[in-house]
Amino acid sequence: MLNYALNRVLTLVPTLLAASFLVFMFIHLIPGDPASILLGDTATPEEVAELSRELGLDEPLWTQYVLWLGNVLQGDLGTSVFFREPVLSVIAGGAETSILLATMTMFWIVVFGVPIGIISATRHGSWVDQATSGGAMLFASVPTFWLGLYLILIFSVGLGWFPSSGFPSLADEGGVSNLRYLVLPSLTLAAPNAALIIRLIRASMLDVSREDHVRTARAKGLHPVRVAIKHVFRNALIAVSAAFGFTFAALVSEAVVTETVFSLPGIGRLVVQSILRRDYPVIQGVILIIVVFYMAINLLVDLAYASLDPRVSLK
Amino acid sequence: MALLDIRNLDLRIARGSELLPVVQGVSFAVEENETLGIVGESGCGKSLTALAIMGLLEGSAVRIAGGSVHFQGRDLLTLSPEERRRVMGDQMAMIFQEPMTSLNPVYRVGDQIREAILQHRSMSRRQAHDRALDLLELVRIPDPVRRIDSFPHQMSGGQRQRVMIAMALACDPKLLIADEPTTALDVTVQKEVLELMRGLQTRTGMSIVLISHDLGVISETCDKVAVMYRGRIVEQASTSTLFSNMSHPYTLGLLGSIPATDHDVEWLDAIPGRVPTLDEAVPGCAFHPRCFAAKGSCRTVDPGAAAVSPAHFVRCHFPQGSSS
Repeated sequence: MLNYALNRVLTLVPTLLAASFLVFMFIHLIPGDPASILLGDTATPEEVAELSRELGLDEPLWTQYVLWLGNVLQGDLGTSVFFREPVLSVIAGGAETSILLATMTMFWIVVFGVPIGIISATRHGSWVDQATSGGAMLFASVPTFWLGLYLILIFSVGLGWFPSSGFPSLADEGGVSNLRYLVLPSLTLAAPNAALIIRLIRASMLDVSREDHVRTARAKGLHPVRVAIKHVFRNALIAVSAAFGFTFAALVSEAVVTETVFSLPGIGRLVVQSILRRDYPVIQGVILIIVVFYMAINLLVDLAYASLDPRVSLK
Repeated sequence: MALLDIRNLDLRIARGSELLPVVQGVSFAVEENETLGIVGESGCGKSLTALAIMGLLEGSAVRIAGGSVHFQGRDLLTLSPEERRRVMGDQMAMIFQEPMTSLNPVYRVGDQIREAILQHRSMSRRQAHDRALDLLELVRIPDPVRRIDSFPHQMSGGQRQRVMIAMALACDPKLLIADEPTTALDVTVQKEVLELMRGLQTRTGMSIVLISHDLGVISETCDKVAVMYRGRIVEQASTSTLFSNMSHPYTLGLLGSIPATDHDVEWLDAIPGRVPTLDEAVPGCAFHPRCFAAKGSCRTVDPGAAAVSPAHFVRCHFPQGSSS
């Protein structure tokens, strides 16, 4: 198991190199350069050239890449062109919001998705199943910006239960109660993903329930609920665990829209703003971290597979 | 009083808005310590009959449309689902055709046997573990102390079927229903498993309903035989009577389909034609399109079950070996 994990981490290296190279080159394909954006319309060409030199942007692309890569390997992601701060601390500023948002979203997905999925599978064909399947279909199709705006309209503007925008750090005044700022965004983000998980749990449980070993379990005289949870769901979980992993990873990119709607100071919004500002070091840094994050989730999913299914051995 | 007494069992399958009959008027009885064989081609309704007795049709497209299933004097069809579950796996247990897929792949075999014990007996986990070990020993799994912690995929098909048998015997059932228990196993293992079942029957005094498409298996293991064709029992007798005096052309056809092992044959005498599908209506005797002895009345009149001798029933206008 440990060997397997180490091996997997080693194979990350070439993937990361390739990803970083692609990201670096693609960003420089976007027209416009940070120096002229920073200095505004009134800047003279001399000023722009001066700033470009200062930022190291006058070097050939491949020199810039090698320099950047060399710094990254030493743990230095560079300095933000816009904030004039180390990229790592810029990202760390958005990390709290993003991590809390993703965690809270996963919480909703599990709390709503798992039981509703199980119920709709065990009662398949009934009105309960049709209602949940219909609801899941609806939420999977609704765009997040629309759902977010409606949640704000109902729960912030109408009922006044939750704040509609922003997120003060947990370290600020209010402490843990500041989590209420994340309730609506996390629900918005959770809705389409929970809907997918519900449909997936339902489909894989129905698949498993047709398997012979479920009939064996029923022949023991077990209660249907026990059969559904211990035998059917436990086997369906093998397929669903992968979906959980990828959902969690995908939240990072899906959060872009949600963070914008709710004006949350998260990483998603940071990326969008950095692209608009041509803040190359920040974009590269964030994307690198997201790539690492995806790979880590992939690894975790594989490890989860092995622990859920005794037939899978990691070699 | 027979341990199991089935009268006029009717099963229907839902097809669209229709309910098509799949098992019609099946009646038989199994005494204590007796083995009844049910033989027939795929799709003749033998497995559905077994599932109906066991109570496993719930949730499928097949409905019980009529008849009674008396077990130890109680009609199982009138019990509530909860009362029914108290019988399942306790006084009545079942093993299935596919040992490769009949065990849950994610649990150790010991846990699965223990689950069967603890469902119906109150004892500590330790005691259940010991009982599971005894059961594995009983079904002659080598090195049970080690094997109890194996996962199903680490065992061969024969061993898995032994585990299935161990699980079925967990609560000392009065009746064991075995649905093609050896079909998926290779021939030597087949023989071992059948011998094991017979040995266990002598030891525990349980009754067995053995379902098979193999007349050879039936002749070696059963006291009584019921031959099914297209949802009906077409011939029923004690094994010795049936094999000395086969009366239904279908039974004879089944026997003719067994390859002889003592000399080479070019062609097997397979029964011509195929089983009509469910929605094909066959007037008269259901077997007449494939029957070598079919005459005029076979095509129009359904033969009822008639006794050719005491305790030997045939559903045929012109039973072979007797008058014609």
